[in-house]
Amino acid sequence: MPAPIRLRELIRTIRTARTQAEEREMIQKECAAIRSSFREEDNTYRCRNVAKLLYMHMLGYPAHFGQLECLKLIASQKFTDKRIGYLGAMLLLDERQDVHLLMTNCIKNDLNHSTQYVQGLALCTLGCMGSSEMCRDLAGEVEKLLKTSNSYLRKKAALCAVHVIRKVPELMEMFLPATKNLLNEKNHGVLHTSVVLLTEMCERSPDMLAHFRKVRQLSSSQLVPQLVRILKNLIMSGYSPEHDVSGISDPFLQVRILRLLRILGRNDDDSSEAMNDILAQVATNTETSKNVGNAILYETVLTIMDIKSESGLRVLAINILGRFLLNNDKNIRYVALTSLLKTVQTDHNAVQRHRSTIVDCLKDLDVSIKRRAMELSFALVNGNNVRGMMKELLYFLDSCEPEFKADCASGIFLAAEKYAPSKRWHIDTIMRVLTTAGSYVRDDAVPNLIQLITNSVEMHAYTVQRLYKAILGDYSQQPLVQVASWCIGEYGDLLVSGQCEEEEPIQVTEDEVLDILESVLISNMSASVTRGYALTAIMKLSTRFTCTVNRIKKVVSIYGSSIDVELQQRAVEYNALFKKYDHMRPALLERMPVMEKVTTNGPAEIVQTNGETETAVLETKPPPSGLQPTNQANDLLDLLGGSDITPVIPTAPTTKPATAGGELLDLLGDLNLTGSPVPAPAPQIAQPSFLLDGLTSPPLFNDIAAGIPSITAYNKNGLKIDFTFERSNTNPSVTVITIQASNSTELDMTDFVFQAAVPKTFQLQLLSPSSSVIPAFNSGTITQVIKVLNPQKQQLRMRIKLTYNHKGSAMQDLAEVNNFPPQSWQ
Amino acid sequence: MIKFFLMVNKQGQTRLSRYYEHVEINKRTMLEAEVIKNCLSRSKDECSFVEYKDFKLVYRQYAALFIVVGIDHTENEMAVYELIHNFVEVLDKYFSRV
Repeated sequence: MPAPIRLRELIRTIRTARTQAEEREMIQKECAAIRSSFREEDNTYRCRNVAKLLYMHMLGYPAHFGQLECLKLIASQKFTDKRIGYLGAMLLLDERQDVHLLMTNCIKNDLNHSTQYVQGLALCTLGCMGSSEMCRDLAGEVEKLLKTSNSYLRKKAALCAVHVIRKVPELMEMFLPATKNLLNEKNHGVLHTSVVLLTEMCERSPDMLAHFRKVRQLSSSQLVPQLVRILKNLIMSGYSPEHDVSGISDPFLQVRILRLLRILGRNDDDSSEAMNDILAQVATNTETSKNVGNAILYETVLTIMDIKSESGLRVLAINILGRFLLNNDKNIRYVALTSLLKTVQTDHNAVQRHRSTIVDCLKDLDVSIKRRAMELSFALVNGNNVRGMMKELLYFLDSCEPEFKADCASGIFLAAEKYAPSKRWHIDTIMRVLTTAGSYVRDDAVPNLIQLITNSVEMHAYTVQRLYKAILGDYSQQPLVQVASWCIGEYGDLLVSGQCEEEEPIQVTEDEVLDILESVLISNMSASVTRGYALTAIMKLSTRFTCTVNRIKKVVSIYGSSIDVELQQRAVEYNALFKKYDHMRPALLERMPVMEKVTTNGPAEIVQTNGETETAVLETKPPPSGLQPTNQANDLLDLLGGSDITPVIPTAPTTKPATAGGELLDLLGDLNLTGSPVPAPAPQIAQPSFLLDGLTSPPLFNDIAAGIPSITAYNKNGLKIDFTFERSNTNPSVTVITIQASNSTELDMTDFVFQAAVPKTFQLQLLSPSSSVIPAFNSGTITQVIKVLNPQKQQLRMRIKLTYNHKGSAMQDLAEVNNFPPQSWQ
Repeated sequence: MIKFFLMVNKQGQTRLSRYYEHVEINKRTMLEAEVIKNCLSRSKDECSFVEYKDFKLVYRQYAALFIVVGIDHTENEMAVYELIHNFVEVLDKYFSRV
């Protein structure tokens, strides 16, 4: 067999390949040659072959068959072999391969080798891919090497120690004594790696941090002063050719030291005081003409902001950032904006001074800078500057890239809500956002806007007029059209009556209004949700308009046979309103009352979600009772309030779209018509996907928490219900309860429905039961899963209601479950 | 923390790659392609720090070669920028034909 080609040849050959396929072919050929060479156990060329294999691996081709060869190379005595072997080990082997443990012995021997270079190789490899077992075994050796006087080895040992600590945090104390002398070295390599080691220790363990901060009167090994001294030497010393980078002495070490000082000084007055001087010195003496100097200044600023520095120093820091902002270099501006964003919470006033520069950055060409400037601008908006800032931001919204528009729109809404100087301004701003970036506005903005509009009672006429004008020209932006159709439906009468105080009223006839709503309905651009809005709006107008009721009736009946199930259901129900329930129509379609702001944290009363997917008649309470957070499914049942079904509910343009039930108006429930025929399976079919989305994301229940005892929650009249518990690993406030209902009587229990309610600090979600029949004689059970979210870890209590048919009669019972084991909620 | 260090040429061929965190081998090529796409699409006067997924890329162009370093938020971007240049200078001194 001819000698295998050298690595350089291989690289040259591969480079000549013109297509991906050619390259693959060459590599496969070479791989085959290498494999056969391995099989021949050829010692002389093994090193070369493995080197080639590593190159191919880097290009993305599989190279696992080389792993054992790496081990053989490591075991060899030749340095060149060892070198490639260790490199291969670092690249190809990691904890997941079983063979890596075989290396442990080799590494152990090599750590005690006579040649420092071999020791260095072993340290590098251990520090790169050592698994926890290996680290445990070899930590002692590493620690020994950390104390040696050979600086080449010392720096490698320090980095290896960092890796060991990351893998096996318990071994941290072992390295503590060795760190005492590390900073006394002159060699920058050792200094650098020691600082990294100390940083890692301080970040991982608060005890270590406290230890290093401690002021020790007698010994001169206090950490902070030592670091300060080293930093001072670096700055003050003259030109040192070894460590010079563009005129600054070892900037990498300076940055590291500054970072360590930051960690030490955080929340600690004494340490912070000790560093004040040096920080001021660095900040003023560092040259800013080159990037290097700016890098150091950046780190200094971050440190100043993070520790308990005096106010003079903070002002200095912010001024440095201001100077950065004016710099031409994009990198520096980016970095300045990032840091300002971090500091704007704490030093708001100081950052305000640079507001105009920041707003200018909005017009920059660079995407990263624009994003930062946008975030920062939102953080800077306050009551005084809101008008000016809004103008800039709206202009930005107009001209920015699509990926920003959604965030910008949401930000504008938030800021407008908090600081709007007047209602009219607020509505104008919202209109402006809707017209410029209408299609990027988030779904949950629509209900918020609608609520805002309802609340500004005196502006209704103005609002509806402006909205009407907006969609006259263009009805493709869905959120805009949704808001507009809702408003027209509500306030259509104001529109046609032509009374508007704020603006010149426009003359609109009822037919024109219906024209526009119908075109929304028909248009291909309208989403299903939007069509729903439009249809409901048309319906509402039947009570507001006087001459066009017949037209409305016609439109509504056409959609009674629409393919879209949602529209069909609405149309049929509205039709029924016209026919059988005409007497109820005016009451149902009355003007919406002012809605209370619903917060998404915590319901105001105990509510519960029913997991049944049957097309149950939905009941709701009238709007002002703050209702369930948006993530839960739409059905609400108030167990404990025990309210009766109330048919007089103002119609809300409820939508049950695939978009999460996050809409405020959904919560106001659906139209409840006991007599209406439901023509097609109601859109509740969409429910199961909601229910599973109930809590933030389907939690992973990796293992059943060892033995949370199960309880019998209910046992009466032959019906027994057991609860078994599981806690989620990913989300400790979630408890999953599986109920099992069994029946010990001689007759089956049918139509079994289980409902539950929990106190208001909890959230509950019921999934669908396995069936609704419990067979007799304990021959089978119904299982149902309940998920309870208990963020405040309060004692779990539950009230349950059971309804079922048994022996021909309907049974119902209420019970309270109090015997939850502590492990299920703690 | 530095997540990876790449040298990729303008055509998208990887010249050097070193990952400091485990990434599946098939995902690596995808990652490299995406990263280089991000960097190529930027113009001269845009800044060298790009936000990509949940970490940042610091890149520097030398003739037809891009050096890209992926870092997380704890690193000083500008120091890494200097590091790249330092690396290139070291290579230059050592191999004298960069």
